[in-house]
Order: sequence, then C-alpha cells, then structure tokens
Amino acid sequence: MAEFIQYLINGLSQGGTYALIALGYTMVFGILQLINFAHGEVYMLGAFSGLYTSKLAGPQLSAFFNKIFNGAADQMSTPAAICTAIVIIMVAMVVCALVGFCVERLAYRPLRSSPRINLLITAVGVSLFFQYSGQIIFGSDPKAYPDLFENLESWTFGSDENLLVINPLQVFVFVTAIVLMLILRHIIFHTRLGRAMRAVSFNHDLASLMGIPTDRVIAATFMLGSALAGAAGVMVGMTYPKVEPLMGSLPGLKAFCAAVLGGIGNVTGAVLGSFILGLAEALLSGYGTPTYKDALAFAILIFILLIKPSGLLGVHRTEKV
Amino acid sequence: MNTQNNTILSFKDVNVFYGIIPALHGVSFEVKKGQIVTLVGANGAGKSTTLRAISGLVKPKSGEILFKGENIVGLPAHTIVRKRLCQAPEGRGIFLNLTVEENMDLGAWAAPDKSAYKANMEHGYQLFPRLKERRTQLAGTLSGGEQQMLAMARALMGQPELLLLDEPSLGLAPQIIEKIFEIITDINKTGMTIVLVEQNALQALQIAHYGIVLETGTIKTHGLAADLLKSDEIRKAYLGD
Repeated sequence: MAEFIQYLINGLSQGGTYALIALGYTMVFGILQLINFAHGEVYMLGAFSGLYTSKLAGPQLSAFFNKIFNGAADQMSTPAAICTAIVIIMVAMVVCALVGFCVERLAYRPLRSSPRINLLITAVGVSLFFQYSGQIIFGSDPKAYPDLFENLESWTFGSDENLLVINPLQVFVFVTAIVLMLILRHIIFHTRLGRAMRAVSFNHDLASLMGIPTDRVIAATFMLGSALAGAAGVMVGMTYPKVEPLMGSLPGLKAFCAAVLGGIGNVTGAVLGSFILGLAEALLSGYGTPTYKDALAFAILIFILLIKPSGLLGVHRTEKV
Repeated sequence: MNTQNNTILSFKDVNVFYGIIPALHGVSFEVKKGQIVTLVGANGAGKSTTLRAISGLVKPKSGEILFKGENIVGLPAHTIVRKRLCQAPEGRGIFLNLTVEENMDLGAWAAPDKSAYKANMEHGYQLFPRLKERRTQLAGTLSGGEQQMLAMARALMGQPELLLLDEPSLGLAPQIIEKIFEIITDINKTGMTIVLVEQNALQALQIAHYGIVLETGTIKTHGLAADLLKSDEIRKAYLGD
C-alpha cells in the first residue's frame, strides 16, 4: 500500500510538470493550429534561467528570506526555501515569457499567412536552433542545480516494509503546478485577455471584427504558455537536479503526447492527459520495468490516435457552412 | 444642403483581387446618413467582398473607402471597428464556444464609451428578449434565428454609427426573416445608418431606402429602392418574376 502511494505521489508530481509544458502546446495549437516544437526548448531555457538565477542570487535570496522567517540569515527553514524557490521560478517565467514573445514575433508571425507546413518546419528549426546554441552558450555537459531544499528532511510515515517517504520538493512541485494551472484557468475564463484568447482561437477574422488586436493576443498566448514551461523547467531542475541543453526534447515530446491524449487545443484535456501520463509512467516504473518508461508516452499517443484521434476531451470540430 | 456632410461612407473606384481573380472592379457608391442601403446580387457578385473591404478584412488593390471623410483603406480590421463601424458577419459569425453574454461583451471591446456598456447590453436584450433568457448558454446551443439576433445585438454593443449586416436572412425560416427585417427597420428608425447585404433582394429592397445591384464585381444598377422594385429588368433578374 505504501509503495502504491509512493508511486502515486511520484506520478502526480511528474504529471504536474508535464501539464505545465502541455498547456503551452495546447494553447498555441488552439490559437494558431501550430505544433510549436520549440516549446520543449523554452522549458530547457527556463531550467537554465533558474540555474543561473540560483547561482547568482540564490544565497542572497535564501539569506534574505531566512532573516524574515527566522531572524537569522544562516538558519535554513522550509518557508524560506519555498520563498526562494518561488522567486527563482518567477524569474525563469519572466525570461521564458520574453523568449516566447521573441520566437513568435521573429519566427512565426512573418509566416502567419503562409501554408501551415512552413510554420511546422520553422518550429523544428527554432527547436534545433535553441538546442545547439544552448550547447555553445551553456556547454553540453550537464550542470548541477544548487539544492535549495538540502537541509529539509523528508516526511516519513510507517516503518519497515510499509515505509512511505514524501519528499517535500515533490509536494512543492505538485502544489506549485496546481496553483499555476488555477491562475491560468482564471485568466482564460474570467479575464478580458482570456475572453480575447478564446475568441481568437475560434476565428481570427471574427475576433478582429470585434476590435480585438489578434496579433497581440497571439503574442500573449505564447508568453503565457512559455512562462508555464519555464516554471516546469526550474522545478524539474530542482528535483532532478541536473540540466543540459538537450533536456527539453524528450519532456517536450511527452508533454505533446499528453496534450494530444487530452485533446489538443483543450486546456482541461492537457492537464488530464498529463496526469494520466505521469501516473502511468510512475506505475510502470514501479511495478513493471523502468526501461520502457520513456516509450510509454508514444505508445499512448499511437493508441489514442487509433481509438479517438480527437483526444479524451477534444471535440471533432466540423466546419459549418 | 451640403451632400458631403450627409455622406457617411463612400467607395471611390474600389478594386479588390483575391490572388489574380478580380472580386470587385471599379465599384463606387455612397451611403447617406440615416439610410438603409442594400447591396443585392447573386452569389459571387461581390456583396460580401464589399463588406470585407469596408471592415478591413481584405485590402483593396486600388481606390478609396471614405468613412466620415477619412480613407480607411489599409487600416487593420481591429482599428476600423473603433471608428464605430460594426459588422454582424455572414453565416451568423458569432463565437460558438463562448456564452451569449461573453459574445455581447466582446461586441463592446472597441466601444468608445464604456459607461454606456450596461445600457447597451440592456437595450440589446430588450430588442431580443430571447437572448436575455439564454445569456449564460453557449452561443453554439442557440437556434439559427437566435444566433442571427446575437450577431446583431453584439454589433450594436460597439455603438456603431454605421452598421453592416451580412446576409442576416441566410438559412432562416420565413417568419424569423420577417421578424429580423422588422428589427432592422426599428434599429434604422433610431437613426442608425445600415448597409444590408442580402441575396433575398425583394425583402431587402422593401425595407431599404437605396439599392445597389452588384453583378460579377461591378455595379449593374443602383437607385432608390422603390424605383428598383418597379423596374422590370430588376424584377426579372433578381426578384423571381
């Protein structure tokens, strides 16, 4: 039983990071019908922004928060570690939002009226551009993340064969992912920007007839999606805890599979698909063989495309005349 | 009387191409304030293209489109609607994935006077009480007639000085069409200038002040709606006599 709960927790935490990446895929697809293959690289850049932020400002930040919470700068406490992590995540989110903005502005917008295949090829190009310039700039060897949570003890429950160990970092990742998703949900369904995003995703011309500046809404969508991927990058960096320039491609593809599983273009579906994938992977590694873990996402992708190509929550949109 | 002041919209020798295919060829006409001007003609005559050119969705290759004296050719669609030129697009172009109220709200996106928002919403619901009953429903669940009503109510949310209606009768039952045309007349009576694109030439000319007959991208004839209705040629070609 404890084992099962352990896998569940691993799966939920992993699913949370997939969801943050998958949301960006699905939002961009919803608004442009484009699979933004460079999205995994935005996640990688998020991890690196987090890495450099923690290296440059991490000690000062945790000293600052420790002082607030404990009165002493050198005493590490959970709230201080959490606050430090949140600041680092926010920095990475801002950096990634800017990256997303630039990618859209420089690579995709000039191709707005060209055939969709051109956009897709460009997306692959942007992805390779980031992977290899990342190797030049950051170096291709994996870099270790400073451990913010090193002094924190894991929570243990039960004993011996029923021992359950909960890593506070996993809980932090899961909770942060959920909070970010709730914020996104609020933006999409209860703000002017969200209403505009939904309008543009329905029909660009129609939205512009309402006076909605569609180009700006598309840029905002890229920024939101990229910021979420950036947050995922930092959190994976903290958990794993190594980052390297090619780290984005596999989680990127998996998150894409999760988005398709949930129904691409559907925000709730992306979250659902991601948690299913995260849990399935954790259970497979636990009870089956971890060797095939990475293949699972693609098996699911093939399966869902055969059974229900529109995804779990996707509706097949027919063109009405 | 100074005719210049009385003209709200004028087309001057407008040419529109889709690729190399001409859609409008040397089209010129004027719309006077307070009138209903109807553009009639067969499928592919250039009626919808004319509206798309006005609202900035297609850019004419040459010619001028003056709205309140200002040339709006080349302005992006989302800026043109801010000049209080609102459209109820063809095929009941509403956001089927949004609720009725959210659709109405988007109609007010470009409205210059935000303080009139509530009053406009109320006014829209007054014109179309069915919409009020269904304001929390997704627009996709409305019937065809209700969707058309929503498209019109939403266009009014933008506080237009010129209202463009694209085929409001398309695919609707005769009683509903009658109702829609009644409401168009009512809206016009409040002083609204309306450009009405219709395939249903007979009914359109009956409520319009002025009619323009388009054929393969050029103006075939134009005149007072009453005169067009009497013209034998028009009756034969478009009114099914």
